[in-house]
Amino acid sequence: MVDLSIDFCGIKSPNPFWLASAPPANSAYQVQKAFEQGWGGAVWKTIGAPVLNVSNRYGTIDYKGAKIIGLNNVELISDRPINTNLKEISEVKRNFPNHAVIVSVMVESKKEAWQEIIKRTEETNCDGFELNFGCPHGMSERGMGSAMGQDPHYTQMVTQWVMEVATKPVIVKLTPNITDVVVPARAAVAGGTNALSLINTINSIMGVDLNTFELRPNVGGKGGHGGYAGMAVKPIALHMLSSVANDSIIQQAKIPISGIGGIETWQDVAEFMLLGATSVQVCTAVMHWGFRIVEDMIDGLSNWMESKNFNTVYDFIGKSLPRISSFGDFDLGFKSAAKINQDKCIQCNLCFIACNDAAHQCIDLQSMQMDEGFQKMFPVVRENDCVGCALCASVCPVNDCISMVEVESHRPHITWNELIKTKPEVLEWDKMEEYRQKSNIHIH
Amino acid sequence: MVEHVKSNRNKIWELSLEDRFKEVYPPLSDKEAQTEAMRCLYCYDAPCIKACPTDIDIPTFIRKIATANVKGSAKTILQSNLLGGSCARVCPTQELCEGACVMGSEHKPIMIGRLQRYACDYSASHNIQHFKPLPNNGLKVAIVGTGPAGLSCAGELAKLGFNVTCFEKNNLAGGLSTYGIVVFREPVEVSLAEVKQIEALGVKIETNKALGKDFTLNQLIEKYDAVFLGIGLANVPQLNIPNDKVVIDGLEFIAATKIKDLNSLKIGKRICIVGAGNTAIDCATIAKRLGAPRVTILYRRSEAEMPCYYFEYEFALSEGVGFMFLTQPIGINLDNNGHIESINCVRMDLQNESINGRRISKPVPDSEFNLPCDMLITAIGQNKHQDILDNLNQIGIDIESGYIMVDKHTNQTKHPKIYAGGDCIRIKGEASTVAAVQDGKIAAQAIYENLVSAKVKKVEVKK
Ligand SMILES: Cc1cc2nc3c(=O)[nH]c(=O)nc-3n(C[C@H](O)[C@H](O)[C@H](O)COP(=O)(O)OP(=O)(O)OC[C@H]3O[C@@H](n4cnc5c(N)ncnc54)[C@H](O)[C@@H]3O)c2cc1C
Ligand SMILES: Cc1cc2nc3c(=O)[nH]c(=O)nc-3n(C[C@H](O)[C@H](O)[C@H](O)COP(=O)(O)O)c2cc1C
Ligand code: SF4
Repeated sequence: MVDLSIDFCGIKSPNPFWLASAPPANSAYQVQKAFEQGWGGAVWKTIGAPVLNVSNRYGTIDYKGAKIIGLNNVELISDRPINTNLKEISEVKRNFPNHAVIVSVMVESKKEAWQEIIKRTEETNCDGFELNFGCPHGMSERGMGSAMGQDPHYTQMVTQWVMEVATKPVIVKLTPNITDVVVPARAAVAGGTNALSLINTINSIMGVDLNTFELRPNVGGKGGHGGYAGMAVKPIALHMLSSVANDSIIQQAKIPISGIGGIETWQDVAEFMLLGATSVQVCTAVMHWGFRIVEDMIDGLSNWMESKNFNTVYDFIGKSLPRISSFGDFDLGFKSAAKINQDKCIQCNLCFIACNDAAHQCIDLQSMQMDEGFQKMFPVVRENDCVGCALCASVCPVNDCISMVEVESHRPHITWNELIKTKPEVLEWDKMEEYRQKSNIHIH
Repeated sequence: MVEHVKSNRNKIWELSLEDRFKEVYPPLSDKEAQTEAMRCLYCYDAPCIKACPTDIDIPTFIRKIATANVKGSAKTILQSNLLGGSCARVCPTQELCEGACVMGSEHKPIMIGRLQRYACDYSASHNIQHFKPLPNNGLKVAIVGTGPAGLSCAGELAKLGFNVTCFEKNNLAGGLSTYGIVVFREPVEVSLAEVKQIEALGVKIETNKALGKDFTLNQLIEKYDAVFLGIGLANVPQLNIPNDKVVIDGLEFIAATKIKDLNSLKIGKRICIVGAGNTAIDCATIAKRLGAPRVTILYRRSEAEMPCYYFEYEFALSEGVGFMFLTQPIGINLDNNGHIESINCVRMDLQNESINGRRISKPVPDSEFNLPCDMLITAIGQNKHQDILDNLNQIGIDIESGYIMVDKHTNQTKHPKIYAGGDCIRIKGEASTVAAVQDGKIAAQAIYENLVSAKVKKVEVKK
């Protein structure tokens, strides 16, 4: 049996699976039901300033039969009375002492307001706090949420206010609506935070109705930017997570990170953890299918860990981080080429047209003789011309039909950074051409 | 040359004998399984679960295939049904889970059976042990018969910590899954691998040991804390027409194709099968695949009254089986060597009256005719194990129309130590593998509750 338990800057959790601060973590009824079904922790729906909500609140994107690959919302923080929330938080903690109950908070940018809400919330016996510096709509216009997360100065200052009074671990939740997420992450660390979580939702407009010209979601004829979440945001979240986790200043602080954004399955969880997350948080997938998805998350992650001989999650957290590199350090001598398994090819010719119209014209349609005596056209790669962009393999609808195979390039194994250090002259086109001739690089 | 591009579909007669007896449906590839699994809506409180007699959590096992957690998927299935690999192949899924699938109305139902097979086959081929039995509780249970009912009961009891011994009169365990289900639906190896999995839980299986011959009921009652009877039904009844000694028992005909070398089997050129249940269809399609040029099913009623599933009928038609409805054999004509030469038949008319919803048929006067035939197979139901039933009756157990009477919540008979399940109790409803598996499960749970939980409770009362 593998051990899934984590210690997240002092917050103990039987497993790394937490509900994100969002509608699924809105009440004691929901959080307790989630714990009973296997969730290890929950970040309570953000409490704090008084609000009023609107409807409709959500807009979604479906793609070719798949429902909700992305979801946007114009919902605010919890609109339940604050005393009700606090009472229910202590009730949950009483009933589930070994689960992680973290409370997300957000108030206006005043020291007294922040310190007061922290002190009041501590009385619930919760395990920690998450500071919501990320909500991109409604609250930001009032100077809260992402308005704080987008200004490193604010981020650091508010974190400091909280750290002055908090006796429990504090997590700063970052907004992705920013050029470089490492900057606010460092600001939070400078403010003394115990941990980070990311990402909150991304500014978005979901679409326009072509008959009524209304926006989605439509609030009485109007619409506006809302926060985008769900499966579609996962690659963005993974990038932001890994850039924070790989940053030397953040690494020195030795603080854990909670990964959020588009997590649906145990496979997503494993990817977030390989890129440095100690816990993960889920919202949209629970909104789609309910709490029960956690069963496969636990089972699938455990089975995968067993198959990889990992005993605890700490055996693989951050394991893929050292592979995060940058373009200047990639091996220019590495080459792969597309290989089509003709036995699997169904002759849709999507690879041909993709390469021909949008890549490098390296696939030909060749006639082949069939057993039955007739001829058929099959796509065939000219390996020498193939630049290894992998577009054909991406458009191919058949599993394992086109694979990208490493081939000998007969080129020097050197990185761009090394090259311009040793041969700075290649930054001129004529010298570059000379270098290419010498290095067996032929581009038509 | 590109291998997979074939201009026309395979025809049975173009296949080798071995290939004709390979599973009709090929296994799903990983990609096929995942694509199909992703089609599943993952309904909550799903109707497919309710339609499965063993309550398999279908949406969960399918979701696990979609997330490539195939090991976990198999565990989800086997938790509810230890013989998930057999059921995946033999269950009439159109009538059960797939018939209830919500996707059926708008699109195609999810291929639940084939996905279940995909997960169970993965588990079997990787020899995964999913369950760790509870500590031994010192109690002994005897199981008579190792069909789906007996094996399921044995496996569930072993998981609960019992010492379980199965007695099987045949040479191989598995009951009809081993001897009765046509090989192109379930290969013998699948059934025997499941037997191995049950043994791996700690169950002892003694084959070639028949109740009533090698040991008696009383011996079992004395030696064991509980006894489960999963003896199924017996051979096919006689036709009771002149010369019926030459008739071949349909079950024996099927069994031969499961356990004997196919090339050693002798078959006729004009084969007739009497009966129109699923077993008759099986006999006919096997005969066809063995190479008989003419295979005809004789049935005294019409197409509408046939007891077989409609998809089985369609399968037989697609295999080239002929049907003669409203036809009843009344005699067999032998040649000088005593071999069957033709069947004497009579045409039937349907009446307006019906029994159990099926209209009665009556011979048409002066309509007798001779049907050339060199092999006559019967598949008109199964006899009962009369000796055993008499014996049970003597010790106070109710028998009705040849079936053992049990309490439906516990599968316990009137004798407190004796439980029963499977075809031998199926007085109502369709006899099926999955129903037998559920019977075994119910009995195992009841045995546990009566012998273990009850004891625990009693001890508590004393304190
Ligand atoms: C030809 C055929 C095709 C079928 N096809 C399907 C199908 O496609 N799908 C489906 O769901 N169902 C099918 N069925 C029905 C299904 O096989 C049965 O309902 C199921 O096997 C019943 O299980 P069981 O354990 O009750 O009995 P069985 O499988 O009959 O097993 C009984 C076992 O008890 C043993 N036994 C009997 N007497 C004694 C004794 N005195 N001592 C020791 N052992 C004894 C027998 O040897 C046998 O191993 C088919 C049945 C037949 C006959
Ligand atoms: C409807 C909705 C409401 C949300 N409310 C909050 C909130 O109150 N506080 C917060 O920190 N994040 C909130 N979020 C953001 C989520 O916690 C999470 O960061 C985001 O949805 C990305 O995760 P996902 O892809 O699993 O949904 C909300 C998200 C949604 C969809
Ligand atoms: S999900 Fe519930 S609250 Fe939301 S629109 Fe539907 S019925 Fe109303």
